[in-house]
Amino acid sequence: MSFRKISLGLAAATMLAGTALPAFAQDSIYVPLFTYRTGPFAGSGTFIADGMHDYLEMLNQRDGGIGGVKLVLEECETGYDTKKGVECYEAVKGKNPVIVNPWSTGITLPLIPRASVDKIPILSMAYGLSASARGDIFPWVFNPPSTYWDGLSMIIKFIGEKEGGLEKLKGKKIGFIHLDAAFGKEPIPLLQELAKEIGFEVALYPVAAQDMQNQSSQWLSARRDRPDYMIMWGWGSMNGAAVKEAVRSGYPMDKFYSVWWPSEDDARSGGAGAKGFKELNWHAVGANFPALQDIQKHVVDKGLSKASKDKVGEVLYNRGVYNSLLIAEGIAQAQKITGKKAVTGEDVRRGMENIKLDPARLKELGLEGFTEQLVLSCSDHNGHRPAFMQEWDGTKWVKISNPIEPMTDRVKSQLDAAAKDYAEKNAGWPKRTEACDKAS
Amino acid sequence: MLYREAGQFKTNYVADSAIFPLREDRIGLALIILAAYALAFFGSNFLLQAVLIPFLVFSLAAIGLNILTGYTGLLSLGTGAFMGVGAYACYKLMTAFPGVNVIVWIFVSGFFSAAIGALFGLPSLRIKGFYLAVATLAAQFFLQWCFIRIPWLVNYNVSGALDAPLRTLFGIPIMGPNATPQTRYLLVLTIVILLTWLASNLVHGRIGRMWIAIRDMDLAAELMGIRPLQTKLLAFAVSSYYCGVAGALLVFLWYGGAEYDVFNINQSFFILFMVIIGGLGSLIGSFFGAALIFILPIVLGIVLPAMLSPFGLSVGADVIEHLRFMIVGALIIFFLIVEPHGLARLWQIGKQKLLVWPFPY
Repeated sequence: MSFRKISLGLAAATMLAGTALPAFAQDSIYVPLFTYRTGPFAGSGTFIADGMHDYLEMLNQRDGGIGGVKLVLEECETGYDTKKGVECYEAVKGKNPVIVNPWSTGITLPLIPRASVDKIPILSMAYGLSASARGDIFPWVFNPPSTYWDGLSMIIKFIGEKEGGLEKLKGKKIGFIHLDAAFGKEPIPLLQELAKEIGFEVALYPVAAQDMQNQSSQWLSARRDRPDYMIMWGWGSMNGAAVKEAVRSGYPMDKFYSVWWPSEDDARSGGAGAKGFKELNWHAVGANFPALQDIQKHVVDKGLSKASKDKVGEVLYNRGVYNSLLIAEGIAQAQKITGKKAVTGEDVRRGMENIKLDPARLKELGLEGFTEQLVLSCSDHNGHRPAFMQEWDGTKWVKISNPIEPMTDRVKSQLDAAAKDYAEKNAGWPKRTEACDKAS
Repeated sequence: MLYREAGQFKTNYVADSAIFPLREDRIGLALIILAAYALAFFGSNFLLQAVLIPFLVFSLAAIGLNILTGYTGLLSLGTGAFMGVGAYACYKLMTAFPGVNVIVWIFVSGFFSAAIGALFGLPSLRIKGFYLAVATLAAQFFLQWCFIRIPWLVNYNVSGALDAPLRTLFGIPIMGPNATPQTRYLLVLTIVILLTWLASNLVHGRIGRMWIAIRDMDLAAELMGIRPLQTKLLAFAVSSYYCGVAGALLVFLWYGGAEYDVFNINQSFFILFMVIIGGLGSLIGSFFGAALIFILPIVLGIVLPAMLSPFGLSVGADVIEHLRFMIVGALIIFFLIVEPHGLARLWQIGKQKLLVWPFPY
């Protein structure tokens, strides 16, 4: 009998589910946030989720939203799992989201072809498909401010300058330790091409997602191969484990470089030996900005945030803030262009194409000096902005370089070829029909 | 009162050995299938796309594993990889021969999976139980390694991912971003019904009895003249065929694009749990298992916040996620204690009780 009761209960629950989907008022803007506070990547995902949420919540609390329209924020937990991410996308699709940020290359890939059909722009900030920087082929996808290929070229350039010129890299060996997934493998074609051109040797150390915590075999090989430099493309618990293993195996940390994802916690896990570890970054660390102070005052102090006070201003928290800054800016621009208050996905796509974060605008937003200027356009959805190198001094990240421009000439050809390739392989890939705004 | 056997006489052997001997069962099944098709026109896109299509795909994969584990008694942990073989084979076939209709390739891709499955099923003659499970685990890791390492499989795609190109049937897009959830659902539903019907005929016929004989006591089966190697390999091949087709449906009619990681060991466990919870050696159990393991968390994700909010408890997405794990885990334990033979057995008991209702004798 208990079984029958349970099945009745389940049936009732299913009925409830149909009606429980909340309807949103017309005078609000729905912004779903795909987050992962659970699973093996929670170590990175939690801070980003906090930063993303807190900035938008701050706008709600301080200004009553954007342009007088309140933002409806809703988190959907993906666990960095493609299956759940796609489920999240389907769940939010019906509520007219103005933009979706999947926060996983794996989730971004299946969403790219759907974006143009569902008329929902996708913001994959500095991750996802590098080729989607081409606005003429991917009108619905945005990946500012840099692609992974830009990032790799910056690291190679930085190393080259340290050696006294790119040609000095000839005969050197560069190790590439990466998450063995679409994300980690994306820079490999460019790395191999640069290796051929410049004449350095590449050693690949793939780390499978299930072995992220245990990289002893990769570092053992690294010890045997003795690469002159190590470059890391990792995420989640992989970063911390890699720093720890690098320290343990005695790899010189000042020759260990990473793309922009490792957090303070990752570097800290290496202990005192992690000093000298370097990573790229494109925005400031710390909370000494009016906007971040406002987050502190209006969100964290009021208990509206899940983040603890000391996490505000850390690298990944600020990354989340930057992500939300782009969303907010896209919405604000959309309101300006269309004159509408409650904008739609289509409007925000146009807004994103008109993003112009110059120093004056950043100052207006209370983020003066937070980041370089960023201008997006109809054809350029990325900006290909420079990033700078920061070094771990044992307790915090220290900026150690001027902005490093990507090797645009080398990256551009790869990008165009990849974008063309993508459109060709996906037979019937739609030609861009969306009109460009005059301003962009 | 409505559901009873009285008055239904079987006058020949065919009627006596029918799979659904009761008229009510046949009507019920027809109604369910009718309702399933009707859902395509009444269901919301979320229901079709995020709930029903994956549910059907996982049911199909569970049927595949059930043929192997439930009917033949061979434990496999390589289901995810065999699904992957189907998906990659389908991708290669439909990009190499774009002129042939993709539905043909969905069915053909299963044969590649079947061949690989039979190959990895070879050790099953010598080893069984946990030892065989470990051998199939090797298949899981080896095949997954192939998916990452052989760029030819994804046509040298830079991202290393599979993506669904536009494909049509009678001019209507059924694959790619332009295909509506309705058409994809109808297609998946038809394929699943077709293959379930085929599986039902297989397991109730001579081959199925051979499998069951091997499962119950392989020595006795051998003495009766059933050749174990062929029978076990056939079970591996048929099982992998189903998994392969399910894998192709998963990537091209549900996700629309996927990384190799979709076919990881977790996927294999996921399907194995469905088979165990649903009921070993039961086709309907495969559907029940898929419903409990896949649909229940989605329902919980919607119902829990709605249930908690009247009490002033606003919970975050992460808490819901943890609650989901806890509740589904507890339910799995509960169901297995109440009925170790799975949901299918509970269903059967329920039906038997209904047959004599309201007089419990």
